[in-house]
Amino acid sequence: MSHLIIAPVLLPLLAAIVLILLRHLALPLRRLISVGALLIELGLAIGLLVALADGDIRVYALGDWPAPYGIVLMADRLSAWLLVTTVLLALFALLAALRNTDADGRHFHVLYQLELFGLAGAFLTGDLFNLFVFFEVLLLASYGLLLHGGGSLRTRAGLHYVVLNLIGSTLFLFAVGTLYGVLGTLNMADLARVVAATPVDDVGVVRAAGLLLFGVFALKAALVPLHLWLPAAYAHTSAPVAALFAIMTKVGAYSILRLDTLIFGNAAGPLAGLLDPWLLPVGLATLAVGTLGAVAANALTQQIAYLVVASAGTLVSAFGLANPEGVAAGLYYLPHTTFAAAAAFLLTAAIARRRGTLADRLDPGPDLPEKGLVGGLFFVITVALAGLPPLAGFLGKFLLLRAVLGQPALPWVFAVVLTAGLLALIALARSGSLLFYRTRSFTQAAAGAPLAVAAELAPVVGLLVLLLGLAIAAGPAVAYTQAAAWQLYEPGRYIEAVLGGGGGH
Amino acid sequence: MEALLALVIGVLTACGVYLTLRGRTFAVVLGLTFLSYAVNLFLFAMGRLVIGRPPIIGGDTMSYADPLPQALVLTAIVIGFGMTAYVIMLALKARAELGNDHVDGHESS
Repeated sequence: MSHLIIAPVLLPLLAAIVLILLRHLALPLRRLISVGALLIELGLAIGLLVALADGDIRVYALGDWPAPYGIVLMADRLSAWLLVTTVLLALFALLAALRNTDADGRHFHVLYQLELFGLAGAFLTGDLFNLFVFFEVLLLASYGLLLHGGGSLRTRAGLHYVVLNLIGSTLFLFAVGTLYGVLGTLNMADLARVVAATPVDDVGVVRAAGLLLFGVFALKAALVPLHLWLPAAYAHTSAPVAALFAIMTKVGAYSILRLDTLIFGNAAGPLAGLLDPWLLPVGLATLAVGTLGAVAANALTQQIAYLVVASAGTLVSAFGLANPEGVAAGLYYLPHTTFAAAAAFLLTAAIARRRGTLADRLDPGPDLPEKGLVGGLFFVITVALAGLPPLAGFLGKFLLLRAVLGQPALPWVFAVVLTAGLLALIALARSGSLLFYRTRSFTQAAAGAPLAVAAELAPVVGLLVLLLGLAIAAGPAVAYTQAAAWQLYEPGRYIEAVLGGGGGH
Repeated sequence: MEALLALVIGVLTACGVYLTLRGRTFAVVLGLTFLSYAVNLFLFAMGRLVIGRPPIIGGDTMSYADPLPQALVLTAIVIGFGMTAYVIMLALKARAELGNDHVDGHESS
């Protein structure tokens, strides 16, 4: 049994424990530990991605208790893909946080590593209750990160976020309890097997539990009408945390995809395709509402936060096409939109700092120092967020539109996706022209030292390089996501991998 | 016994939903606590209600108390405690920073 699966889950936990034990250490040393752990984590995640590229589904039985009695971790192409995305994002967000965010409180790095622990666990677990536990871990860490640094607006947004997520956790437990009560198992692969044989009398109960789970994951993914918490929470937290949180809605989207393809997948008998009637309409509605929010936003951070909502909508629309091509398009689009949103949050912080008291409000302000550099980066991010060529967002949307060809949903998907892209472009172009051109030239803020500017914008540039890499390596990346999508549509292989081979000895 | 337990869970959930929809943080925290009590009882009941049976499969395999929901509910209780403690601290912080205990931070609406 290879320990490669559990290593990415354990490493951030160990790093967090070490950091909390060494909390009196000087800040540079703690930074070193945090960044070092993240670099090793990146190596592990890439190792897992390479190891799983041949289509293996690896199973790790915790304590060597065989499934379905023991808890298992389960890794396939999808898990590895999301894990690599998360760690890359976390690395650049952490580099941005090193500038000053982590000095606002003693436990920033501890919380950051625990957040990673929860994220890695959520992507790798093969057990529904275990998924709940990892959700709680990442949520509790996110509560801490969200409020890090303090401030009354942050506290108010944090209170809403915490209360909503606590209600979500309660509903998650109700759904999990119902599934266990009827089906007698919580192992996802075992659930996939048992759901197919649900007694006729219990079909309604299992359907209710499944849709309740969908509701909970929709809250995490910020789908309409459960999206209202996101803009306030993201707009009021610190930029590196908001950048890291760009992956949080994707955890919800990932869970929806697992639920849709594994537990209620094509082998689920009377309950097959339980979520299919919901995903596409909800996804398109989220895309539309998110984009309209971005058009109406009166501050740049808020605008980006609404675009995060829209990107979750695009993903869920892609998953809602219920064919492997659509899922592959969504999975290729996922890292792109995550990195682009994170880069946008980081750049917004740089812009807000240059505008003094105006911060990120979309009002005409002073002429910005380093206007060319910051404006150029803003332009690239606009291209990425609106999904224009030559970046991967365009390819992702193109693949999505191609996947819908010949389906009855075609006019809806085309209309909403294309209009949303145009509106996002208009919204960002308006913000850009207002920030960089319609300036009132009274007092120009002093230009920063070149080294400080470089350090401030390096994480943004790093994320944009990742975007470029994703576009250049589109061939292998799309091939990988297509293989991942096809794998998802063969739930039988998961059941065999988890239950057939036991612990994989 | 089933009817009584169902009634208790139902009443707890109803109270929890009502209180979480109130405008003051204290009521919301109480509501969340009620909801978590309700879900703990619900999880516990999902192993079916049996009395005086060991949680281990012995010679007589037909009569045992399902140990898994007990483990689940223990985990849920621990997480619930942690979350309640956190949300109480957050509510106090909000009261201190915003000057009132309304969830939106201002009295009107």
